[in-house]
Amino acid sequence: MEFPTHSSPYLPLRNDLSRLMATVMLALVPGALAMFWFFGWGVIFNLVIATTTALLAEAAVLRWRNKPVRAALLDGSAALTGLLLGLALPPLAPWWIPVIGSLFAIVIAKQLYGGLGYNPFNPAMIGFVVLIISFPLQMTLWSPPGGIMGLEATGFLDTARLVFTETLPAGASLDSITMATPLDESKTLSSLNLTWQEILSDPRFGNYGGYGWEWINLAFLLGGLWLWKRDAIQWHIPAGMIGSLFLLSLLFYIADTDSFASPLFHLFSGATMIGAFFIATDPVSAATTPRGRLYYGAGIGVLVYVIRTWGGYPDGVAFGVLLMNMAAPTIDYYTRPRVFGQRGEQDD
Amino acid sequence: MVTLLEKPATFPGGLHLPSEKSRSLTEPLTSAAIPARLHVPLGQNIGEPAEAVVKPGDKVLRGQLIARSLGYISAPVHAPTSGTVRDVGDYPVPHPSGLSAPCIVIDSDGEDRAAETGLQMDRVYEADPADIRQRVRDAGIVGLGGAGFPTAVKLNPGPDHIVDLLVINGAECEPYITCDEALMCCRPDDIIEGIRIMRHALRAKQVVIGIEDSMPNAIECLRKELERVGETEIRIVAVPTRYPAGGEKQLIYTLTGEEVPSQGLPIDIGVVCHNVGTAAAVARAIHHGEPLISRVVTVTGAGVARPRNFDVRIGTPIGDLVEQAGGYTPDVARLLMGGPMMGFTLNSDRLPVIKTSNCILAASRAEAPDPPHPQPCIRCARCADVCPASLLPQQLYWYAFARNLEKVQDYNLFDCIECGCCALVCPSHIPLVQYYRFAKTEIWDMEREREKADLARRRHEARLQRLEREKKALEERRARARKALDKKPKAGDADAKKAEIAAALARVKARKKETQAATGQADGGNGDGN
Amino acid sequence: MLTAMIAIGALAGLFGLLLGYSAIRFRVDADPIVDQIDALLPQTQCGQCGFAGCRPYAEAIAGGEADINQCPPGGEATIQALADLLGVDPKPLNEEHGEHGEKMVAVIDEQTCIGCTLCIQACPVDAILGAAKQMHTVIADECTGCELCLPPCPVDCITMVPVKRDISQWKWPYPEPDHPEIAEAGK
Repeated sequence: MEFPTHSSPYLPLRNDLSRLMATVMLALVPGALAMFWFFGWGVIFNLVIATTTALLAEAAVLRWRNKPVRAALLDGSAALTGLLLGLALPPLAPWWIPVIGSLFAIVIAKQLYGGLGYNPFNPAMIGFVVLIISFPLQMTLWSPPGGIMGLEATGFLDTARLVFTETLPAGASLDSITMATPLDESKTLSSLNLTWQEILSDPRFGNYGGYGWEWINLAFLLGGLWLWKRDAIQWHIPAGMIGSLFLLSLLFYIADTDSFASPLFHLFSGATMIGAFFIATDPVSAATTPRGRLYYGAGIGVLVYVIRTWGGYPDGVAFGVLLMNMAAPTIDYYTRPRVFGQRGEQDD
Repeated sequence: MVTLLEKPATFPGGLHLPSEKSRSLTEPLTSAAIPARLHVPLGQNIGEPAEAVVKPGDKVLRGQLIARSLGYISAPVHAPTSGTVRDVGDYPVPHPSGLSAPCIVIDSDGEDRAAETGLQMDRVYEADPADIRQRVRDAGIVGLGGAGFPTAVKLNPGPDHIVDLLVINGAECEPYITCDEALMCCRPDDIIEGIRIMRHALRAKQVVIGIEDSMPNAIECLRKELERVGETEIRIVAVPTRYPAGGEKQLIYTLTGEEVPSQGLPIDIGVVCHNVGTAAAVARAIHHGEPLISRVVTVTGAGVARPRNFDVRIGTPIGDLVEQAGGYTPDVARLLMGGPMMGFTLNSDRLPVIKTSNCILAASRAEAPDPPHPQPCIRCARCADVCPASLLPQQLYWYAFARNLEKVQDYNLFDCIECGCCALVCPSHIPLVQYYRFAKTEIWDMEREREKADLARRRHEARLQRLEREKKALEERRARARKALDKKPKAGDADAKKAEIAAALARVKARKKETQAATGQADGGNGDGN
Repeated sequence: MLTAMIAIGALAGLFGLLLGYSAIRFRVDADPIVDQIDALLPQTQCGQCGFAGCRPYAEAIAGGEADINQCPPGGEATIQALADLLGVDPKPLNEEHGEHGEKMVAVIDEQTCIGCTLCIQACPVDAILGAAKQMHTVIADECTGCELCLPPCPVDCITMVPVKRDISQWKWPYPEPDHPEIAEAGK
C-alpha cells in the first residue's frame, strides 16, 4: 500500500490564527458594551466604520499586491485592527476620522511593511496617532458619559446626523454636547493649581477613575483576564505595564498627594486596561522573550505615566506602545533566554 | 559529581499530550511470524554502514554475521533467520527521504536454524569491561530508543571519565508507543540483567531507571524483578508524564537537576544513558549468545484492526506486521515509523523493520490530519514557551526561512532536538521542524562542499607548484644547455671568429711554453685551455 | 570670527591627527580580499569564467576586471555570497559562461582508454591516475567536475555522470511555500 509523506509532527495542531483573533474580539465585547452604555451610538458608528474600512482596505491592497484575499480576510487580523481603532476614537468624531485612521493603519502601517507578521508598529495605534496629530480638534469630540449631571448620551439620530453630516442638533453647540475626558480635564485643572483632592471632588471624576471610564476599564480588565485564562495572551506584558504604571504613580502620589493623580486613577482611566490587555499584547510588534515582554510592558507603563503627567497629550498609551515597538527588537536581542545546557553564557 | 534528586526537577517547555497508549497494550507481547523474504539494510545505525560479507547464493544461519562494521562508530549486521542470500544491492529503506540504500535480501528456509555466535560469556562480572564491549560490538547492538548509536561506543567512557550515574531510559514519552512498556512488563529479567552487565562494563557508581509515572505496571514489574534477584543498588524513579520527558537530556535533568552541556554528551557530566530495550539486548547477547536480530515493535493506530506489540525479526516487511495485527481498517490514511511527534511518514508498507523501528503507526485522518496551509508568523512566541531546549523557535524559523545559515546557528539551531512541540502549538501552522531540518541538512551539506572545495584548492595549488617546479627544472636544463652552447661561438661573426682565433693561438702558445717549461719535470700543468 | 576660525581649524587638525594615529595604531589586518573571494568560489578550476582557475578569477573580481556572475558551477549561491562580501547587488548568472547544473564527476571508460595521458595533463586537481600506455582512472572524491579532461581525449572515453547522493547526504527540502504570501516573502 502507498501513503502520502510530510514532515513531523503528525498530531492535530493545537492552535489556529483565526480562532485566536476571534477569541480576542470576543474578549473586547464587555468593554465595547460598557463604552456603548456610557457614550451611546457614536461608539457603534466608530466600530462599524473603522472595521468596514479596514476590511475593504485590506482586500483592496491584497488584490493590488496579487495576494489571496479571502484567506487573509478570514484570519481576522484586519477586522481586529479596525475594532481596536474604533474603540480608541471619540464617539462624536465625524465619519471620515475612522476612515482615515483605518486606511492609514491597514495600508501604510500594515500592508506596506509586508502585511500580517511584518509590521514593526501596531497598526491601530499608528492610525490613532496620525489622527490625533492631524485632527486634534475632532479627536476631542468625546460626549459626556451618559447619566452624568443629568445629561443623556446623544441619541441615535442626532449622533448619526452629527457623524455623517457634521450638523449639530437644533439648539445645541459643540460645547454643550461634548466634554473633556477626565485625563484631559485633570491636566487643565491641575494647571489651574487645584489640588488632586479638589479635582477628585468634581462629579466628572467619579469614584476613582473618572465617571464611566472606571466601569469601561473594569470591563476591559474582565475581558483581558478572560483572554489570559484562555491562554490567548500571556501575563507578562499586562503585568509589566500595569505594574510599572502603578508603582510610578504611587511613588509620585506618596511624594506629593496634592499635585499628582492617584494610582487608582491612572489604572482605571483612559485607555489603560484596553492598552494593557489588547493593544500592547499585539504579538507582531511586541517583544517575544518572556523577560523581554516584561520589560516591554514596563516600558509602556513608564511612558504612559510620563506622557500623562508631563506630556502634551491627555493619554499616552498609543505613543507608549509605538515607542516600545521601536525598542522591541533590541529588547529581544538582549533578553535571549539561556539555552538549555549553556551555563551563563548568554545571560546578558 | 551528579547526585539523584529526591524530587524530580522540571525541565523547561514541553507539552501534555494525549497518551493513546492503552490500545496497543490490550494484547500480550508475542513473536511475529518470520516472513518468507527479509530485507536487511546495512546502515541501521548512526555512523558508517556495515559492509556485506556474504554474496548471493550463500547459505546463512540465524545470527550469522552477514555484514561487518567499518570503523569505530559502526555496527555489524547478522542474519535474522536461516536461509539463502538472494541479493546484495540497493532497496528502499525506511528513511524520511524515501531513498534506497544497500540491503541484503534473504530468502528464509523456514527452519530458523541458529549459528554458533561465540558471544556468550560465563563469568560476566569478573570479565574485563573491554571484553564485554567487544562482544556488545560484535552483537551489532545499537541504541534501541530510536537514534541507533552503537552501544559499545557508549559503554566506553574513556580513560578520562568516571561514570557517576548510569541512567536507564524507560520514559517512553511519545504518544502511541508502548514497546518499552511491553518489554518492561514481559521481560523484566532481561532488562535487569542487562543493566547489571552495563553497570559492570561502565564501572558506574549509581544506577537509576527513569519511567514515566503513567506506567505503574512497568514500574511494579521491574521492582518485583529487582526484589527477586536481590538487587538493592538499582533505583527506579517515576518521572512526571510530560513530553519530551524521555529525551536523553530532559530525563537526565529531571533525575539529577544537571544540564548536559549544549552540543556536549552526558558523559561530560559523568552520566551515561541507555534505553531499557538496549539493556535487554545486551543481556540476550552476553547470556544467550544472541546478536541483535529482533526487537519489540508497537503496531498501533486507528488504521490497524488489532493494535499490539510484536517481537519482530529485523528485515520483516511492515505490511506483514500489519497483516498479523488484523490488517488495515478503512480509516488508514498515513503510515508512520516512530511516534507522531518525532517519527516520519513512510510512502509504502513494503519497507522493512530495522533496529531503530520502535513503532509502526497506521494513523487515521483524524489522528494525523493533512498539514494545513501555513500562515504568516505573528511572533506570538508560543513556540518559545514550549521549547524544551529554551530556544527561540520563531527566530530560528525567521532565519531558516530566509536561508540565513549563519544566523540560524547563532540562535543555536544545533541544540534543537526536533521534538515538534513548537510546530504543534503554532497558530499559523508553520512546519517549523521541517525548516530546522532543512537548515541543518543544508549546513551539513555546505560543510561537505566547503571541505571538498578546500581539498580541490589544495590539490590545485599543489599542481600549480608542481608545474612551476617542473617548469623551473626545464628552464634550468635549458639554461644549462644554452650556456654550453654559448661557449661555442656562433658562425658568421667576424669579431668573434677573430677573437676565437686569437684565443686559440694564445692557447697554443701557452701550451708550447708549458711543454718547454715542463721538460725534465713532472707534468704539473693544470690543463688550462681545454 | 577669527577665534571661531582658529578654533575650528585647531579642532579639525586635532581630529585629523587622532584619526590618522588610530588608523595606524588600530589597523585590522584583514584577510586580503582576494583570499576572501577565493574562499567563496567552488574551486572547480574549470575556467568557465574566462580565467585560468578560481584564484585568477578571484583576483580579477578584486581588481574590478570581472563581474561576480561568471561562475556557473557556483550558481546563485556563490553570486549571493560574493554580493554579500563585496556589498554589491546580486545579479543573475551570466549565461555566456554556462548554466548552473547538477554536480557531475568524470568517469573513464576503461575499456576504451588508450593511455595517452592527455587527460592527466588537463586535470587541474590531479584527480586522474595513470601512466603512458596504461589505463587511467578518475578519483571520484577528488574530481571537481570541471570537464577540462573531455576535449583532450582522443577516443572520447570520458563521460560526465551526476554525483550520486546517498541516504546520508540527503537534504530535507525547503518547506513548500503553500501560502503564496510566504512564497513571495521568501524571495
